[in-house]
Amino acid sequence: MAATTNASSDLNYITEFKGIKSWLTSLDHKRIGLLYMMAVLTYFLFGGIMALLLRLELFSPGANFLSADQYNQVMTYHGAVMVFMVIIPGIPAILGNFFLPIHIGAKDVAFPRLNLASWYIFMIGSILAVSTLFTSKIDTGWTFYTPYSLKTSTAVITMVFAAFIMGMSSILTGLNFIVTVHKLRAPGMTMHRIPLFVWALYSTAILQVLATPVLAITLLLLIAERAFGVGVFNPELGGDPVLFQHFFWFYSHPAVYIMILPAMGIVSELIAAFSRKVIFGYTAIAYSSIGIAAVSFFVWGHHMFVSGQSEIAGVLFSFLTMLVGVPTAIKMFNWLATLYKGSVSFQSPMLFALGFMFLFAIGGVTGIILAVMGVDVHFHDTYFVVAHFHYVMVGGTLMALMGGFYYWFPKMFGKMFNESLAQISFALIFIGFNVTFFPQFILGSMGMPRRYFDYIPAYHSLNSISTVGSWLIASGFFLSVYIFWQAFCHGAKAPANPWGAKTLEWQIPSPPIHTNFEVEPIIKAGPYEYR
Amino acid sequence: MSTGNTTHASHVAHHFRDSEHQFDSAKQGIWLFMATEILMFGGLFVAYIIFHAIYPEMFAEGASHLDWKMGFLNTLVLIFSSLTMALGIHFIQVGQQKKAVVSLALTILCGAIFMVVKYLEYTHKFHLGLFPGRFLNPEVVHATHQNLGMYFGLYFCMTGLHGTHVLIGMGLITWVMIKTIKGDFNPEYFTPVEGVGIFWHIVDLIWIFLFPLLYLVG
Repeated sequence: MAATTNASSDLNYITEFKGIKSWLTSLDHKRIGLLYMMAVLTYFLFGGIMALLLRLELFSPGANFLSADQYNQVMTYHGAVMVFMVIIPGIPAILGNFFLPIHIGAKDVAFPRLNLASWYIFMIGSILAVSTLFTSKIDTGWTFYTPYSLKTSTAVITMVFAAFIMGMSSILTGLNFIVTVHKLRAPGMTMHRIPLFVWALYSTAILQVLATPVLAITLLLLIAERAFGVGVFNPELGGDPVLFQHFFWFYSHPAVYIMILPAMGIVSELIAAFSRKVIFGYTAIAYSSIGIAAVSFFVWGHHMFVSGQSEIAGVLFSFLTMLVGVPTAIKMFNWLATLYKGSVSFQSPMLFALGFMFLFAIGGVTGIILAVMGVDVHFHDTYFVVAHFHYVMVGGTLMALMGGFYYWFPKMFGKMFNESLAQISFALIFIGFNVTFFPQFILGSMGMPRRYFDYIPAYHSLNSISTVGSWLIASGFFLSVYIFWQAFCHGAKAPANPWGAKTLEWQIPSPPIHTNFEVEPIIKAGPYEYR
Repeated sequence: MSTGNTTHASHVAHHFRDSEHQFDSAKQGIWLFMATEILMFGGLFVAYIIFHAIYPEMFAEGASHLDWKMGFLNTLVLIFSSLTMALGIHFIQVGQQKKAVVSLALTILCGAIFMVVKYLEYTHKFHLGLFPGRFLNPEVVHATHQNLGMYFGLYFCMTGLHGTHVLIGMGLITWVMIKTIKGDFNPEYFTPVEGVGIFWHIVDLIWIFLFPLLYLVG
């Protein structure tokens, strides 16, 4: 290819500026994406080690090597780190930052300085969160439920303030993306020609901007509650702990879609690219993202079926929750229809996309089961719930994130990776995931409660299987790290378009130049014109 | 321009087509940010509504401890400051830099008066023992409602968060005033002043809701 001969002399976004300072002060959305990547992957390792420790403790009943208090702390860090520092920022801040402007034919996001500021704010918040490890730790679970979070002697204020700061970063990223999508599309790039990944990020950004402020005030009130005993969340002072749950889930349920919507966006890209076919139902997939975002604001009560909300509220929330299944199913069926009679190639990114569909289907359908109020009363706070949301968060979001990394790695770093090792990594993660979490559905239906460090002997064998599965997942992720590292150091040079995909990022050199495009692209067709 | 790019004025970043494009984008961003501010205060207003429904007499008693004259004075001060802020933007738009600086300075002065009044109110409350939450001793203040601390908890949270915004607003107005003095703005480019102005109006607007809810509810 011509690109290979002249690319060696050309400067790209990595080589144009040099030195640590050029990275830490860069306003380039691609570099900021990589800054986020460094941070998020570090926290992913940390949260993952916490998960392995939890599973190891649960390998057999009784106190093994963690005390009950230590278990609570490890569980809290696993949850808080994975939610606030890995899955929420993961796809939007890394891959979204890198590819959203390129996808719409822009040179950068609307507010590059704000984008860099978001990273610094995220770093301040996340380092503050990790710093609690060295003080009095925290053991409330990631939900900080009152009244326990008012009573425990652990570092609730620091951790909650850290989450507040990270929320601010999330708001600013979302705001930046909304304005970018509205204002910076290239000539001819109508809203119905933007890639579905952009639609997903746009819907996510709406949630980030509209839901996170409510978390912000909730966390500030919780801090005030602990510092001054204001009483709004404290029943001893006439307050209402259920109000905290309402406030918390008003953010944290939409946050679940902040986690999954970008993943759905990646899957839309992968399915189209590796089926060599125009995506089926572009409009339906695009608007179902907005639909999910809209409905997500009215379902928070399904976390509180047993918290003492009124029965009518419970029934309403139950029905509204099932409604989420509609736009979600629209996406699934459109992806399936895209595969139908497509020239499907099973390369590693596609394997992750198909893995996503398989696992997310299980996660989604068990979500409908849990939305049934009567059933949820039985399953509430059991491992069935744990298995359900891990199928969505890990089987969904992390599978898509890995698929996205494999898909875009050649574009981001200009190097090809070892495809057969990548497929082995997929197999380890996929099989390991099912070995870990499928038994938890059974454990949950047998009544094993979540968040305990001990259990009765009847649950022993399934727990042991689950723990072995966690080692498989871990080995799969470590293999991926090796694959990326090896590709980064010794990989063959990537062509501009190794997958033959049609979206804009594949029409420019790998890696892209600092301003993305030599000349502003003029768009004349949709993103998936494979025929 | 020294860059040799005739279409780009110095204030226009490389990824925008022209000044107007940049202005529109910035304005959309500011309005989105305002939506987050309103939602954040919204949480406090929801808490207020819920506890007002449960303990109306607590709110009546709490409000009776507040001096509505002070609150009313502050309301007038902030409404006047909204006028001076709008005038500041107007004068920049018509190129009258000196008048713009005076208007912005008046706005900062109003913010300062607001904060001084707030300081006097706060110290007076502390003097009487009207602290937030558990620091309020019902016996010391002869409270009839045992949860009066919650009222003052909400009072200090709401006015405290609002006061923080006033301080931030004053800082931002000072920043755009210095830039105006330096001559950074002209009728073609005044985006930061417009943005800070929108922020200031929203902060004023929130006070207009806080004043009756906290002071006049009795």
